[in-house]
Amino acid sequence: MNENNICSDEGLNYAKKLVECIEQGNLEEAEKVMEDLSALRESHLFQELGKLTRDLHDTMVGFQLDSKIADMAETDIPDATERLNHVITLTEQAAEKTLSSVETSMALFDDLREKSEKLHENWDRFRKRDMDVDEFRSMSSELDEFFQWLDQKTPEFSSSLSDIMLAQGFQDLTGQIIGRVITLVQDVEEGLVGLIRMTGKKMNVPGAAEKDKKKDWPDIEAVGPAVPGVDKGDIVNSQDDVDDLLSSLGF
Amino acid sequence: MDKNMKILIVDDFSTMRRIIKNLLRDLGFSNTDEADDGNTALPKLQSGNFDFLVTDWNMPGMQGIDLLKAVRADPKLASLPVLLVTAEAKKEQIVEAAQAGVNGYVVKPFTAATLKEKIDKIFERIEAG
Repeated sequence: MNENNICSDEGLNYAKKLVECIEQGNLEEAEKVMEDLSALRESHLFQELGKLTRDLHDTMVGFQLDSKIADMAETDIPDATERLNHVITLTEQAAEKTLSSVETSMALFDDLREKSEKLHENWDRFRKRDMDVDEFRSMSSELDEFFQWLDQKTPEFSSSLSDIMLAQGFQDLTGQIIGRVITLVQDVEEGLVGLIRMTGKKMNVPGAAEKDKKKDWPDIEAVGPAVPGVDKGDIVNSQDDVDDLLSSLGF
Repeated sequence: MDKNMKILIVDDFSTMRRIIKNLLRDLGFSNTDEADDGNTALPKLQSGNFDFLVTDWNMPGMQGIDLLKAVRADPKLASLPVLLVTAEAKKEQIVEAAQAGVNGYVVKPFTAATLKEKIDKIFERIEAG
């Protein structure tokens, strides 16, 4: 037990002496004992405060040296902003592509409905024998035209549908990017919790070592979709680049 | 190329699995099965008589590159054609995949034509022996 603590032999002696003085009605002596007792307590307080200040200082120094927080502020947060901007771009592109393809398909579908309604009408008249030879000839050639039109437009129709389907790939790409930003937000949260805990008695930053390990990804690990402005360096920009690289490897 | 061949599609995003499945069906391949990462894919491959593997790279659990390595290390699966369809676009990753024995590499986002071209190429090469 700390020798400057009130709960010590020294403190007990002061207390006994104080009781004695009060019993004897010795006010002067009693006040002196109380002052001594108070000094004892203050010296303990200052010592604790000093220790706390030293701990805080040490931790602050350690914390500044830990590049994690600095990295986050300088690199990771701006990176995250870029990544989220890229998510907006990707979702916008997907939405635009989907809407354009739907518009093309709707226009084609309207043409189709109009043409078939007309043919249907004529066909009904033909079935009811309400059509002369000339009209039948004209319907025949209309049918020929319709089938030609159908042959010509079918690929356009199916490619529009295929485009709509492929555009949904944005969910995978943006999901991967957002997943990485979520990881960063968790890292920042842990860093802030560590900062808050530093003011408490236990001044360790939990999970710091673990996070460092995580950040030190081996290069070959998956890093998700390349984000323009964030991922620089050895990134391929298109399928052609991939094909060139593979063929240079003898593929 | 046997249009009836059994194909395993591996991706952690179900939307991407559906896209690839639909594209393959458009190309005439409708005998497909799905898995959401390497850990679920490998047992399927080991017991399922698959003819072709289409896999993503970045997945929780076992990643696509590790699945590829596991396939090449398994004597029963070693010759299975593998196509990586991934957003991973670092050159060293592509080199790593090539060294691990991948048969084709498609970067996301991709087109239906690219997927068809790569599949055709893989099986042309295999048929040519």
